[in-house]
Amino acid sequence: MSDELKLPLLDELETGPWPSFVKDLKDQAQRNPKLNQLLEQLEESYENRWDFWRGTVLNVAGYGGGVIARYSNLGDKLPDVAQFHTIRVIEPPAFVYSTAALRQLADISEEYGAGILQLHGMTGDILLLGYDNEKLFEAAEVLMEDGWDIGGSGNGMRTIPCCIGPARCEMSCYDTLKLTKYLTDKYIGYLHRPEFPYKYKFKLSGCANDCSNATSRSDMPVIGTWRDNIQINQEVVEEFVAGKGADWVIGNVTSRCPTLCMRLVGDRMEIDDRNCVRCMHCINVMHGALAPGNDRGVTLLIGGKRTVRNGDMLASALVPFLKLETDEDYETFCAIVERIWDFWGEHGLEHERVGEFIDRVGLGTFLDGVGLEPNPQMVRQPRSNPYIKFEEYTAPRIEGEPHKAANVLNREPEGPEAEA
Amino acid sequence: MSPIKPRAPRDNGAPDYEPYLHPSMQRNYGRWTGHRDIRPGVFVHEAESGDNLFTVRAGSPRLMSARLLRRICDVADKFCQGRLRFTSRNNVEFQVETEAEVQPLIDEIEKVLGFPVGGTGRSVHNIIHTQGWLHCNLPNTDASGVVKSIMDMLYEEFTHENFPQRVKISTSCCTINCGGQTDIAINLQHHHPPVIDHEMVGRCELPKVIAICPVMAIRPDRKDGHDTVEVIEEKCMYCGACHAQCPAIEIRDGDTDTLSIWVGGKSSHTRSGPAFMKLAAIGLPNNPPRWPEVGDALKRLLNAYKDGAREFERVGEWIDRIGWKNFFDLTGFEFTKYHIDNYRWARTTFNTSSHVRL
Repeated sequence: MSDELKLPLLDELETGPWPSFVKDLKDQAQRNPKLNQLLEQLEESYENRWDFWRGTVLNVAGYGGGVIARYSNLGDKLPDVAQFHTIRVIEPPAFVYSTAALRQLADISEEYGAGILQLHGMTGDILLLGYDNEKLFEAAEVLMEDGWDIGGSGNGMRTIPCCIGPARCEMSCYDTLKLTKYLTDKYIGYLHRPEFPYKYKFKLSGCANDCSNATSRSDMPVIGTWRDNIQINQEVVEEFVAGKGADWVIGNVTSRCPTLCMRLVGDRMEIDDRNCVRCMHCINVMHGALAPGNDRGVTLLIGGKRTVRNGDMLASALVPFLKLETDEDYETFCAIVERIWDFWGEHGLEHERVGEFIDRVGLGTFLDGVGLEPNPQMVRQPRSNPYIKFEEYTAPRIEGEPHKAANVLNREPEGPEAEA
Repeated sequence: MSPIKPRAPRDNGAPDYEPYLHPSMQRNYGRWTGHRDIRPGVFVHEAESGDNLFTVRAGSPRLMSARLLRRICDVADKFCQGRLRFTSRNNVEFQVETEAEVQPLIDEIEKVLGFPVGGTGRSVHNIIHTQGWLHCNLPNTDASGVVKSIMDMLYEEFTHENFPQRVKISTSCCTINCGGQTDIAINLQHHHPPVIDHEMVGRCELPKVIAICPVMAIRPDRKDGHDTVEVIEEKCMYCGACHAQCPAIEIRDGDTDTLSIWVGGKSSHTRSGPAFMKLAAIGLPNNPPRWPEVGDALKRLLNAYKDGAREFERVGEWIDRIGWKNFFDLTGFEFTKYHIDNYRWARTTFNTSSHVRL
């Protein structure tokens, strides 16, 4: 069969030093011949600059998420790819594997699907490609029999990518792997059965280097931080300054501090920790001499996403600091998450990410709705426009009264309809 | 016929990670004290216990066959006690406990897998990308092929650390933009409003189609006795949100869709903090199988960055310092009216001062 394959455009992608997916797919086609037709369809796309896949909803019994259905519009001509679905398998935290586990996935993928995988999807999942309607169910059963689980598509929670964290990084300020597993297991129902207005992504990073790209790509980034002082080992600072020179340290470390909270005095480092925003730059450059503090936890952000539909959004600070060590800490974290899901779930519109929801109702209303107090850490600056929609007749006084704003969204219904 | 088997257990959750960790990571979990870079693609972590763990990072194409995955496993079985990990940028990381094993491991990776070792520190890192024509229902360009073409061109930049700071690239095949906010992104642009198939559109949930438009450019209509919608073309900004909701509203056009290059995005909170990407170059042809025009523009951009940026400056931070006028002068990209934002936060992007570089 493969001798007859004519792929003039794709063949051009077999040359060059970077690993070639075309060569790889052709090799696997000896075991899974349906890949020949996948390549034929891809060649048609290259030739016509056109896509030939159709997506619909398809699920394994008992699940509402975990399967991405793909039907080919060229199915009559290329029956092997007429049904070519993807299974989203929940990945191990931090993408760590034993070879035995990966071989299991390779075997399942060859036996039931097209023998190809993607490691990993944008939301951290393992993608197994190329299942027809029947094999899809069989593969899902086998996966679950072997201890894997599927989920994380549609209007529900996504699988959680996290950085390598304490497993192999001295910078990590909380246990990203443990929280990933905890949240995945606790909220597994939301991964299996989508029931939110739209998708909800957690991404977990152990420090502000944000190796899981959480801030620009997740509804709830969890970024590791500390609230005491940066640890300074002045002896190593001295060695560092001796090696690199004071000018280099001033030019590349202290003057690059976003709040200019540090300065080099002789060959000692002085830091005004009250103004440190935990950006990690100085620690990255002078690791060994500087390290995150000891009183560690997380900053919780909210509302990041990529483009569709209201445009890109970076997440913004919601809870400046939260400890994540004890069971109670984890419960506090989850209480915040669940209040957000309740409020957004109740009032969010179809296809409205939580960031878009906040834009529509206002962050103030959102805070009322989820029961969090406003905090100057949440904004770059207070408002500069004077159109304040007060909810009480007299504004809260300076130093004054507790926050008692009426909650517009939760206000009791009034009027004849409510009485009926 | 096989008898109906009972259903497999549900709610397995995330796999238990502990047995998947390299034995050194199990022993030293949470007790790492520092790390050093050895060479591009190789770094070592040091633990309180005195243990060292050497990591070799290799670029993968993300899409891989079962056979290739088994070969990756063979390498990990031979050198890494049967453990390995992937990174968020589709690299494979192999780990060994002594420096003496590093070179043989690299040789094995290159020989058995053909993967390049690199993608660390001040190199061009592996590309974050999605599926494109290979398997997505919405794109109008490919992902794997674009990545292959670019990384063939930037192979040396991946395997060496020759830039002022790390360079992260993403690609996206439609305006949903699955790729992250990165230093450089290659995205698809549409050039006209969607075309509606009035026969088929009734199969979609029309209220949802109308509601999803971010600029309320879709309203209900009737044609030939069918319920349908119309697009108010003056309002439409070619985002394609409606197409994702209803395939009968077609935003893509094989003849007119183009690629654009965006710069200055950043996920990390270091220094200047996370940032959006901004439009640099438009109108690049969507030209499979090698997208040479995109490659040329990327090279021009990377050269300007390499020559002009200071140590530690990411692409966006470099541009912040030198200003957009100098950026467009240095790259030779044309600045057009389409570079000026006209969406919701447009005014926040205007220069509200007399600060101009002349």
